[in-house]
Amino acid sequence: MNIVVCVKYVPDATADRKFEDDFTVDRVGVDGLLSELDEYAVEQALQFREKREGEEITVTALTIGPEKAVDAVRKALQMGADSGVHVVDDAIAGSDYLGTSLVLAKAIEKIKADTGADLVVCGMASTDASGSVVPAMLAERLGMPQVTLASVVESQGDQVRIKRDNEGSTEVVGATLPIVLSVTDQSGEARYPSFKGIMAAKKKPLETWSLTDLGLDADQVGLSVAYTQVEDTTERPPRTAGEVVTDEDGSGAGALVDFLASKKFI
Amino acid sequence: MSEVLVVIDHAEGEVKKPTYELLTIARRLGEPSAVFFGSPEQGDAVAEKVKKYGAAKVYVVDDAQIKGYLVAPKAEALQQLAEKTSPAAVLLPSTFENKEVAGRLAIKLGSGLITDAVDVDESGTTTQSVFAGNYTVQAKVTTGTPIITVKPNSAAPEEAEGAGAVEAFAATVSDAAKTAQIVATQPRQSTGRPELTEAAIVVSGGRGTGGNFEPVEGFADSLGAAVGASRAAVDSGWMPHAFQVGQTGKTVSPQLYVANGISGAIQHRAGMQTSKTIVAVNKDPEAPIFELVDFGVVGDLHTVLPAATEKITERKG
Ligand SMILES: Cc1cc2nc3c(=O)[nH]c(=O)nc-3n(C[C@H](O)[C@H](O)[C@H](O)COP(=O)(O)OP(=O)(O)OC[C@H]3O[C@@H](n4cnc5c(N)ncnc54)[C@H](O)[C@@H]3O)c2cc1C
Ligand SMILES: Nc1ncnc2c1ncn2[C@@H]1O[C@H](COP(=O)(O)O)[C@@H](O)[C@H]1O
Repeated sequence: MNIVVCVKYVPDATADRKFEDDFTVDRVGVDGLLSELDEYAVEQALQFREKREGEEITVTALTIGPEKAVDAVRKALQMGADSGVHVVDDAIAGSDYLGTSLVLAKAIEKIKADTGADLVVCGMASTDASGSVVPAMLAERLGMPQVTLASVVESQGDQVRIKRDNEGSTEVVGATLPIVLSVTDQSGEARYPSFKGIMAAKKKPLETWSLTDLGLDADQVGLSVAYTQVEDTTERPPRTAGEVVTDEDGSGAGALVDFLASKKFI
Repeated sequence: MSEVLVVIDHAEGEVKKPTYELLTIARRLGEPSAVFFGSPEQGDAVAEKVKKYGAAKVYVVDDAQIKGYLVAPKAEALQQLAEKTSPAAVLLPSTFENKEVAGRLAIKLGSGLITDAVDVDESGTTTQSVFAGNYTVQAKVTTGTPIITVKPNSAAPEEAEGAGAVEAFAATVSDAAKTAQIVATQPRQSTGRPELTEAAIVVSGGRGTGGNFEPVEGFADSLGAAVGASRAAVDSGWMPHAFQVGQTGKTVSPQLYVANGISGAIQHRAGMQTSKTIVAVNKDPEAPIFELVDFGVVGDLHTVLPAATEKITERKG
């Protein structure tokens, strides 16, 4: 069995994230890293393997992104994934959800043809786009059941069951492998790479694919054929610092209530 | 005028406020047709409600074949409805589930998708709040039928009389769409407080509560507010995940947000930074949350909040 885990290289949320002149996300000028939410996906992929002792299971980490995005795959390899694939091509830059999901689906199909793809694991959202749509779109493109936003994952044989929080309820969802799974940050802390893991990662197979390797043309993806267009981006003006008072002998509560009353909240 | 499909947000036929916001926005783009996934028996009552906000038609899609499965059947039904009506746009309330429905629909229709809009204008240009609320982005769907998911509190619902003509729509759900089965559902117990994402006031507590949410809840109740929590409070098991505000919880955009014992990490800000008025109570004057506030109190929430609650109750007489 082979598990594909989709990992995205994203600009660091604690850095000054910004846009390029063409309104695409600056993925080069800002320090990037493996999306924290995809660490949970890697963790669940590894646990899936570890829980099935005696079965032959491999984990392939897959990313689409610029040159530096390979760091996301490296981190996954350090955590314990067995092999990596980095799809990089200038023509992919600026792809929207339709383009990104197309390239990911093609890459997964190629992995499937080589080593199989019985389980595709994604994070609940990328920390830059925050769409939470790519896993569902992959399921649609690959014709696999989608089992998304899992906070608990259990499996037996080819049956997978998850628990998920929906708007007004908690649900248990079941499906038969192969499936596309996405996991939330409630699914369990992700492990840190060990020193041994970091050393071992250097020897693990890591392939680089272009659009041609996936049988795609440059005019099928990227900014120029995106189905959506960004017209403008504006930095939000910093909030003007308001009044901050220090509570002394109960003065804070009075000041707070006066403020709320002055704004007609009471 | 072209139809605009608007997916109704409801719980067991109880229409939620974001539906009315969506219908108000839809009227800028064309004539709203509301889409109700639910039991046909509830269709007429739902239609009565949504027609007050301008729904000319109400498509009632019997969800007997839909509700037991995850996302895929809804996307198929909407595809069929879109092919029948050639709508000017498809608008959905921005819940996790609807975003996934929208994603699949975008592929089926070959259409552009915009998620988490906080506004949509007459020309179909959307506004999104990105990078934890640090940027706003204007964007537009340029190919196919615009599919847009819209966040709660994106517009003030405005009434407008619509015909509200009920039309049953028989969707065909393929076997392929029934592969992820919902085997059990446990409804969450209502707290009796307003819904977090819809509330005009949200009062949240973080690690600084030390696990005692009573001061936060008492203060919230005195203001008629919803209660929220930081991830630290949720991870500690003090509050259920459904109450979490932030990147991996709910995004709220109320008139007033009160953060108590919350430091103001970027992931928390992502869920509350667009609130109109922000207030914080925190005993650390250096806490980053104070950079955002309109008003702040440096103090212990365990003394400030109960005293404030008492004063508010007094004022109300
Ligand atoms: C991928 C990812 C996703 C995340 N998603 C979210 C999310 O959705 N939501 C979220 O909230 N966080 C999220 N986080 C976590 C976030 O980074 C912070 O760790 C978290 O918000 C901290 O919660 P806190 O402010 O309650 O706790 P702390 O940061 O520990 O702050 C506690 C505050 O309480 C104050 N305090 C202590 N005692 C008192 C008292 N008696 N009275 C008044 N003040 C007091 C302290 O001064 C301090 O400022 C995420 C993190 C990651 C990596
Ligand atoms: N460029 C990418 N490369 C690899 N995986 C991705 C990429 N974009 C999105 N994903 C996967 O899809 C999930 C959801 O992304 P999104 O829909 O953008 O919020 C992420 O957590 C990843 O697992």
